[in-house]
Amino acid sequence: MNHGGQMSHGGQLNHGGLMSRGLTPSQTVGPFLAIGLPWADGPFVVSPDTPGSIVIEGRVLDGAGQPVPDALVETWQADPDGRFDHPDDPRGPAREAGSFRGFGRSETNPDGSYRIVTLRPGPLPCPGGETEAPHVDVSFFARGLLDRVVTRIYFPDEAEANAADPVLASIADPGRKATLIAADEADGRLRFDIRLQGDGETVFFDV
Amino acid sequence: MTANDQRDDRGVRCRDLVLPRYVSAAGVHPPLDTPAYQSSRLRAPGQPLVPLPQQLTEITGPLLGPERVTAADADLTAGHSGEPLGERIIVSGRVLDSDGRPVPDTLIEIWQANASGRYAHQVDDHPAPLDPNFTGAGRCVTDSLGRYQFVTIKPGAYPWRNHYNAWRPAHIHFSLFGRAFTQRLVTQMYFPADPLFALDPIFNSIPGPQARSRLIATFDIELTQPDWALGYNWDIVLRGRTATVFETEAR
Repeated sequence: MNHGGQMSHGGQLNHGGLMSRGLTPSQTVGPFLAIGLPWADGPFVVSPDTPGSIVIEGRVLDGAGQPVPDALVETWQADPDGRFDHPDDPRGPAREAGSFRGFGRSETNPDGSYRIVTLRPGPLPCPGGETEAPHVDVSFFARGLLDRVVTRIYFPDEAEANAADPVLASIADPGRKATLIAADEADGRLRFDIRLQGDGETVFFDV
Repeated sequence: MTANDQRDDRGVRCRDLVLPRYVSAAGVHPPLDTPAYQSSRLRAPGQPLVPLPQQLTEITGPLLGPERVTAADADLTAGHSGEPLGERIIVSGRVLDSDGRPVPDTLIEIWQANASGRYAHQVDDHPAPLDPNFTGAGRCVTDSLGRYQFVTIKPGAYPWRNHYNAWRPAHIHFSLFGRAFTQRLVTQMYFPADPLFALDPIFNSIPGPQARSRLIATFDIELTQPDWALGYNWDIVLRGRTATVFETEAR
């Protein structure tokens, strides 16, 4: 077979005989992401009047401790039963369709703060038989970041589940591990600050 | 091969859970630590990234689309009292995964400067005119074959303060979800033969000329509409899946 025409685009055949294409590289969101990315309903993974809804909020700080005002925090998580409304979760969604988006998006304010309204996720099974503690995946985008950075929010009152979590277990330094665990605030809110660089730098993942 | 049938005290069922796996993006994206891009200096993490296994949260993602978009959202020249100034263009292409499979029904969001190189944003103080007929934000959802199309205005180059006499090549910002957290991508589309490419630290942060070239659209006379608009074609490639992961190796 002659794949010459397609090969000229830089692709190559993979093991399955399909054309393997080069991935599109990332670029920064730049300083003007607010034109295109904020949604009025972005912070609301669930409607705030949903029973059991919680607020996760925090500030994003740079290596000099200054707030990062031109940035976007996105969250993705399981529902309270540990399920996803997605074809690749073989267990399927447990909740009523449309009541839980799983996804949150909050631009940061001039003081670097963001806020998400959601439900607590359930624990998740892994193919290896382990169980992941309840967590929220975070994509963070900002001027100055040429690719998103990824982190996870874990919950402070899940000590036992957190201790058994394979991802937390992969981080040896207790101080680093602690950057992934939200803090309880007055009135039931959870605080998760993101420090991009320097003292107390948040753990970021390669996914 | 042992089937997992474990439950914890909250009823997590693990039996026969097999997850897809997405190919690595290693070496494709720019290094976060790119000192030539001044804004990265206080924002790029200093510690090495920790490997995150692809588990349920990573191989799923928000399937947002039609409910967030109207047909008018794909035309950035519409929605104002008059026509924006500048060169009207059609930007069209496909969203594919790295095996060449279309990524259907996925939300694309774009934003850009106007024809003068000015963003409709209070922080942009470039002394070029705002255009009352151009906001510069659009969105659409790919069709069943992964195709998308926008009508807009060719953005202008603009100065920034990264270094003396620094100018960004003309570009359109693109945000894509794909169908999994692993596929999330924000990037920029550039225009062919821009003389600013060689001077731009953001464009040149991408390792290698071949990967950089994947961000440059192609002028397309077939897409160009007579007496109306020039056409640019740009395909976007997201991480595809590796071969089926069997249970014995699903770790």
